[in-house]
Amino acid sequence: MTNASFEPVLLARINKPDSASLASYKADGGYAGLRKALDMTQAQVIDLVKASGLRGRGGAGFPTGMKWSFLPQNITGPIYMCINGDESEPGTFNNRILIEEDPHQVLEGIVIGCYATRATTAYFYLRYEYGHCYRTLQKAVDEMYAAGLLGKNILGSNYSLDIHLHRGACAYICGEETGLIESLEGKRAWPRIKPPFPAVEGAFRRPTVVNNVETMACVTHIVNRGAEWFQSMGIAKDPNNPRDAGSYGPKLYCISGHVNKPGLVELPLGVTARELIDKHAGGVWKGRKAKAVVPGGISMGFMSEAELDTPLDFAGPGRVGCLGLGTAAVIVIDDHTSMVDVLYNACRFFAHESCGQCTPCREGTAWSTKILERIRSGNGKLSDIDLLLEISSSIGTIPGTTICGLADGAAWPIKTAIAKFRPELEEYIRSGRKSAAPQLVGAH
Amino acid sequence: MSTVFVNDIEVEVGPRDNLIQAARAAGVEIPHYCWHEALSVVASCRMCLVEVGEKKPDGTIAMGPKLVPACQTPAKPGTVVKTETAKVKTGQQMTLEFLLLNHPLDCSICDQAGECYLQDYTYKFGKAQSRLNEPKVQRLDKYHIGEQIALFTDRCVMCTRCVRFTREISGTAELQVVARGSVEEIDVFPNKPCNNKLAGNVVDLCPVGALCSKDFLYKKRVWWLKSQKSVCAGCSTGCSIEVDQNEDHVYRLRPRANPLAQGHFMCDEGRFGFKYVQSTNRLSGPTSKSIATVGVAASAVTKFNGNVAGKLFQPADLAVVDHWPAAIQEAREKIKAAVDSSASSFAAVFSPMMSVEEAYLLASYLKGLNRNVKLLMGPVPVVGEDDCYPKNVNGSAPTAEKTKFTIRAEKCPNRLGVEKVLKHFQGALVPIEDAIQGAHGIQAWYFVGGYATPDDSIGWVSPSIAKATEPAKLLIVQDIFPSVLSKRADIVFAGAAFTERDGTFINHSGLAQAFRAATRPPQASRADGRILNELCLRQGLYNTEFLRKEIASKIPSLESLSVGDLGVHGVELHQLVGAHL
Repeated sequence: MTNASFEPVLLARINKPDSASLASYKADGGYAGLRKALDMTQAQVIDLVKASGLRGRGGAGFPTGMKWSFLPQNITGPIYMCINGDESEPGTFNNRILIEEDPHQVLEGIVIGCYATRATTAYFYLRYEYGHCYRTLQKAVDEMYAAGLLGKNILGSNYSLDIHLHRGACAYICGEETGLIESLEGKRAWPRIKPPFPAVEGAFRRPTVVNNVETMACVTHIVNRGAEWFQSMGIAKDPNNPRDAGSYGPKLYCISGHVNKPGLVELPLGVTARELIDKHAGGVWKGRKAKAVVPGGISMGFMSEAELDTPLDFAGPGRVGCLGLGTAAVIVIDDHTSMVDVLYNACRFFAHESCGQCTPCREGTAWSTKILERIRSGNGKLSDIDLLLEISSSIGTIPGTTICGLADGAAWPIKTAIAKFRPELEEYIRSGRKSAAPQLVGAH
Repeated sequence: MSTVFVNDIEVEVGPRDNLIQAARAAGVEIPHYCWHEALSVVASCRMCLVEVGEKKPDGTIAMGPKLVPACQTPAKPGTVVKTETAKVKTGQQMTLEFLLLNHPLDCSICDQAGECYLQDYTYKFGKAQSRLNEPKVQRLDKYHIGEQIALFTDRCVMCTRCVRFTREISGTAELQVVARGSVEEIDVFPNKPCNNKLAGNVVDLCPVGALCSKDFLYKKRVWWLKSQKSVCAGCSTGCSIEVDQNEDHVYRLRPRANPLAQGHFMCDEGRFGFKYVQSTNRLSGPTSKSIATVGVAASAVTKFNGNVAGKLFQPADLAVVDHWPAAIQEAREKIKAAVDSSASSFAAVFSPMMSVEEAYLLASYLKGLNRNVKLLMGPVPVVGEDDCYPKNVNGSAPTAEKTKFTIRAEKCPNRLGVEKVLKHFQGALVPIEDAIQGAHGIQAWYFVGGYATPDDSIGWVSPSIAKATEPAKLLIVQDIFPSVLSKRADIVFAGAAFTERDGTFINHSGLAQAFRAATRPPQASRADGRILNELCLRQGLYNTEFLRKEIASKIPSLESLSVGDLGVHGVELHQLVGAHL
């Protein structure tokens, strides 16, 4: 399937009037997948998702079916499902669109996922800033309860499920799965040490599955249209690499930054950054060229202009030194922008959002921000670059210097900026000039 | 048990041990801040990162690619730990550089200097210089954090031991982390200071100089302190402690980890409750009605020396004669005469503040004179009910299984030990309050006090005891504070407090622990064991190890004391009681 002939899946209903209502969703054949799933055994649903090759859309790209199968068998007591809607990665807004425009597509996937994992309670963790999402979702959940799609004996089956919406309290760290669980429990969102993994001991010390919003929307379509259909999109497994799980299915790409037409597009996994920018975002603005592109949220690091032909699938960005695909939030930086300013902004974000639990991330993010602040004020030293590199390599190497993976995310912009734009940084320091960008003040 | 290899040293460790403990067993120190044996594992300071691998059955070693926290890694059989590789050292240096970034480096005015893990680890594992070129984060000190504790916010390394302590051990959860990232701080909720009865422990737990004890603050540099292993005399829990003193002045008590006694902590009642030993109101020497010159009033000594009572006693300064031999001889003669005239009207009252050895010396001496002499159990101070921790969220006491620390209502260290001695010599235990009911006919008394009652307006002597002893023909009192009794006694022996004596206390559960004198008794007062040793005309010096062996051979229920040296953790009596029976 070429990208030109691609029919949107997740965004198929976006521009329809009243797309968020249950009636309109049902009119488009909604909840057929749930009915289908309830006729299958739980193991069959998991096998189907496994066979589809669906990988988590939240950033880490862990195979969803495999995650579900990690739950301990033959246990008594509740199993929980947490939906990670704490979409805090800079540049990322795919979940927001999905929830605001087509919440039932997501909720259907959640019910199917809960059925497959035997969860009887799902917590939808939503970042606090998403007020409109919250109201849309609450309305959709109310509609579902009224229509017998939630609550006791869903659609006449003997499966029952409750969904609770939970609004976070504005912190990046709540997007880390164990940070999310702690926050859900009413605690400070400090990620937990693993093991035990959430599948064994998660929310309220019970087995818990944490999945991203977009992942659950994909589940709906996989059950509806089959694993084979899902595998017809995207990039196949590398037969020479047994550890490669492939990149199948449609993906929402968020495009922002210095482009003419920023927005959200849906394409099969594996589209190149260049195609996204030129074809789907109207090219770089003001007739300029791209200098750097963030492939998937700022924590993935930077690609240089020369690397724009890299396919944005789960394996692609890693091949050019980025951390991964992340949330597929592409941020374009034009050639008039100083990398010092870009890097400073990224570091400032992580210094502000570091949860403060582990020493390297807590101190390292703030220190690197201070160094960049000094460079921006014209007082940089050439040795600062090596120091930044050393700090960034001390902040995180999963699972080494910190508890959670987000510290790696804080390190990667520094690492890739220095690896790919070192001459520019050195030139900036040598010139001793002050940054032309406005001083950033206040919270993010 | 599992066999692990730490820097190629093979050690056997327990199945629940982590790699820090395994390394410790091999004599290797893995630096750490957040991990503490008694608290949950958070693995957040990242100071204990080491290289870990596995020794395969065929002898090959496969090392993991990354550094892992030793505190979080269980010591599985065949684990290989490397703590001295370049990778580990770089990690340690980097973590220390991070920790010191915003640290004020005010060691010269910091109370913790000398026993600070930030100092020690920087010296052992860190780099000499910081590469920080920017201003440090400055934070305000918080003296309001607790009645007994002050927080020097900028020295904190955010190990959260204190936070976990108030959540997991005291259950009161006053302390918390506020804000985020490099500007986060330890704090309390406004107007909810950390004043629980175990709060002082957070000072010990703090590996740096962030949490300081207001009581000890700026009193003494720690390197001048000498520590003595002792036992808290505050209640029958019998916490193992260290008594830190300098020049015969006790500056602080600290808990000493003892799995057989209290665990790792102690309560503030005990921690700060030792001040009575330095009271100016202490009895200062032997006095006797018949020998007018015996003894010197405490006030006179204080005036003469011009310093605080409790300071080093200088006989030369006082220029007084040692009146102890005369006082003891007089007491011995009077006891003999009284027992000879009517043994059954002679009673000795034993205090639960006495050590096992002291009780044994007095009991065996008096029963040796005549077996009809009455041995009575003195007042056992009980205040309220046992106070158990961690408290539940609503402040209620935890269930027995969940209890991690108990402050006992019985405010004396050795009721059990004294009772065992009395039961052996007397057959049945007779509390003094029972013996003075009605016409008791006791005419001669030997009272032992030693209670922590510096305010003699209250004293430990109940009105009924005071009344019952009024018509006495002979009254000898051995105590540390003046009381109604000492004021009218024929002879008063100025004894010593628990920090000034050697002996054995047996706690509520039957754990016999040795306590050792940390300081000398003030002025002309004397350790009770020494007084009794001379009173009984025993040969040689008062020696607890020797006495324990003697006691063990004489009193079957105390047979476990036969080891003499009770070690640092003490000996549990019930272990051997079964074997004996």
